[in-house]
Amino acid sequence: MATELKEVDVVLVGFGLTGAILARELGGRGLKIVALERGIRRETNPDFAVPRIRDELRYAQRTDLMMDTSRDTITFRHRLTEPALPMRRLGAFLPGEGVGGAAVHWNGFAWRWLPNKDQRARTFYEERFGKSFIPADMPLQDWGVTYDELEPYYDKFEYAFAVSGKAGNIKGQKQEGGNFFEPARQRELPLPPLKDGLATELFAQAARTMGYHPFLTPAANASQAYTSPDGVKFGACQYCGHCERFGCEANAKGSPHIAVVPVALRDPDVELRTQSWVTKVNLDSAGKRATSVTYTDVTTGAEYEQPAGLVVLCAYGLGNIHLMLLSNIGKPYDPVSGKGVVGKNYAYQVGGGVTLFFEDKAFNPFMGAGALSSRIDDFHANENFDNAKAGFIGGGTIGSSSSGGRPISYRPVPPGTPRWGSEWKRATAKWYQRSMGIAGTSSNMPNRYCYCDLDPTYKNAFGQPLMRLTYNFTENDFKTRDFMAQKAYEIGKSLNPTHITTPDPRREDFSLVPYQTTHNTGGTIMGLDRATSVVNKYLQSWDVSNVFVVGASCFPHNSAYNPTGPVAALAYRLADTIKDTYLKKPQSLV
Amino acid sequence: MAKDVGRRDFLTQIAAVGGAAVAGVSPAAEAAAPSEQAASAGQQASALANAGYTFLSAPEAAFIEALVDVIVPADELTPSGTDLGLATFIDRQLAGAWGKGDRLYQQGPWKEGSPGQGYQLPLTPAEFFRAGIEAVNRHCKEANGKEFDRLPAADKQKIMEDLEKGTITLDKISGKQFFDTAYQATMEGMFADPIYGGNRDKASWKMIGYPGVIAIHATNITTYRNKPYVVNPVSIADLS
Repeated sequence: MATELKEVDVVLVGFGLTGAILARELGGRGLKIVALERGIRRETNPDFAVPRIRDELRYAQRTDLMMDTSRDTITFRHRLTEPALPMRRLGAFLPGEGVGGAAVHWNGFAWRWLPNKDQRARTFYEERFGKSFIPADMPLQDWGVTYDELEPYYDKFEYAFAVSGKAGNIKGQKQEGGNFFEPARQRELPLPPLKDGLATELFAQAARTMGYHPFLTPAANASQAYTSPDGVKFGACQYCGHCERFGCEANAKGSPHIAVVPVALRDPDVELRTQSWVTKVNLDSAGKRATSVTYTDVTTGAEYEQPAGLVVLCAYGLGNIHLMLLSNIGKPYDPVSGKGVVGKNYAYQVGGGVTLFFEDKAFNPFMGAGALSSRIDDFHANENFDNAKAGFIGGGTIGSSSSGGRPISYRPVPPGTPRWGSEWKRATAKWYQRSMGIAGTSSNMPNRYCYCDLDPTYKNAFGQPLMRLTYNFTENDFKTRDFMAQKAYEIGKSLNPTHITTPDPRREDFSLVPYQTTHNTGGTIMGLDRATSVVNKYLQSWDVSNVFVVGASCFPHNSAYNPTGPVAALAYRLADTIKDTYLKKPQSLV
Repeated sequence: MAKDVGRRDFLTQIAAVGGAAVAGVSPAAEAAAPSEQAASAGQQASALANAGYTFLSAPEAAFIEALVDVIVPADELTPSGTDLGLATFIDRQLAGAWGKGDRLYQQGPWKEGSPGQGYQLPLTPAEFFRAGIEAVNRHCKEANGKEFDRLPAADKQKIMEDLEKGTITLDKISGKQFFDTAYQATMEGMFADPIYGGNRDKASWKMIGYPGVIAIHATNITTYRNKPYVVNPVSIADLS
């Protein structure tokens, strides 16, 4: 029997990026806040200290900072007719575990998503290309929240998390050196851009020559020492090449454990309980109001019930969906009837590109920063891009990144090289230093048959059903990917490399095995209509008004960009919604 | 003869040149130096290679040594896979947490699944290696009359190619899956920090010009633009 604890005002389920932002913003006003985090708390020192943190095997291959799939995982199938089987180890994506969540081991790409193509996606494509342009099995929809409503919160995030870069658009005025196509910002970014490497510089030269608009992407990798508005001190990025999948020993990466957690925990009314695994949100008998959450202390196995006036789901996106399904909040989505909402519009991302080999260049691939990337946005943010002519909905960015040539995973050799033996060794020794990549990252539109529900067979360590993911690539995905990969090839070819790989035009099934991207979106999507969304534009459950959900699970589709920027912006906005509106009148906000 | 930069020497060097170690020549461009390093590393490694195995039985160890020596033969760039410590690496990985199924969801029921659904066997990595070695050896004895490690070089090469292509059918497990797993473990041993038993004397890092765990490149990224940055690599143990 669970031990019942004293009621608090707010329970935050998960203490990663969004939970820590909410605690920081809601703290200091007399609210009793409890954050329940399934993992442990790690600090820069000693947990990310050199030399131990520079261990590619432990952190990058054995995924030491990530979710432990022996305890809870998902099951996966490509289509309704395939038996779903458990994802027995991590591969395609790497959700985090512990304080700071995946934003400890992220790269730091800090994009703003698009006012029209993202936040008003259905309206935009219908207005521009006609109502019949969006296929019937693509449940694309508007977010309900506009870019202008989010803009101040993007700004807040960028200043709190030490984002480096050059604005391309300040209050409608185009700025030299930034993303020519980006939406308007209220001011310049807090830190100047990172330094170019050879690969990013070559890409930019080639792209510019071809008439495109290259820029260095905004990066939560501090280009100089920096002090945030909260007084948090960041170190300067050392281009160490151990960013994604690692914690930063220099405090140069915008990570919650330095940017917001210590500030949030200054308030004695904010209590963090680590190794506390929430299994359920409990509802009243009418199913209209959350009364408490049940969690297990994973160090003792003891079960607790924590009553709360307000519950905010701040887990990684997949965890948010799972908890909604386990708690019977909202109607589960059924792809056959198209009815129900929880689990709907799961999306991922699609990438493809080419590798270039130069006899006469030296790239020093081990020098890099997590989000050091030169890219072009001519095929996504550019609203003049002709999707009808290209034949797909969505878009992509194309670029070259230098995040670090760690040798277990990064050893490019030209096509036709044997995989072992002395010839392989000579090619590896030669080309490690002489290669660069150019790749596209493409959006992923929702599909009627890509969704999450509860698995009928497999259970987690708490005896609960695993979540089941049904997902596969669609023709729209392949067309988008092929378009971007072809452009990447053309840009690469213009640099006259000694060798260049060619784009891979396969029509393959999605695979859980090789790493692709940790950008899992959808499942608890926001919207203007309760029949087609899980939460309203304020991220409040349509069905249980004292439950809010925040994360990439709220996106109705996946953009071509990394999701952390809008995830953080939504969390900052939610904090204002709760303190300025909801707490004054705790009821449905729509 | 290659000489490691010890922790104290390294810190002195850092202080002297302000974080930028002295650049040398590209290892790929200058074959003589790595060759010398390789010979020295080989001698050192042979002594260590006899340190013994904790998981692999003697026949299993012979198999793994043969396999890593096919993938990584001794040449002017590095000693053989065994002398690089790759069999030791695999042995320790199989004996340790990863080999015993750390982080692996191990609940049934078990079904074969499609390739995109990932690993679905009820075996831990250690059990999988054991089963794979036994199955490949059984195949070799039937097809070639001897265990894998006792075959002539050309036959070993052919077996590896056929395993990779998936044209050898083994009992119970997939030959291609076994090849892919053993190949990946060999690559991990070769390029991981030497603290795990492989990459002895940081020979694989020297082979490609990877500087190791010290990485203070905020200045180097500009200074060494299009110039190879070559230093004696530094490992975790060097700084511990």
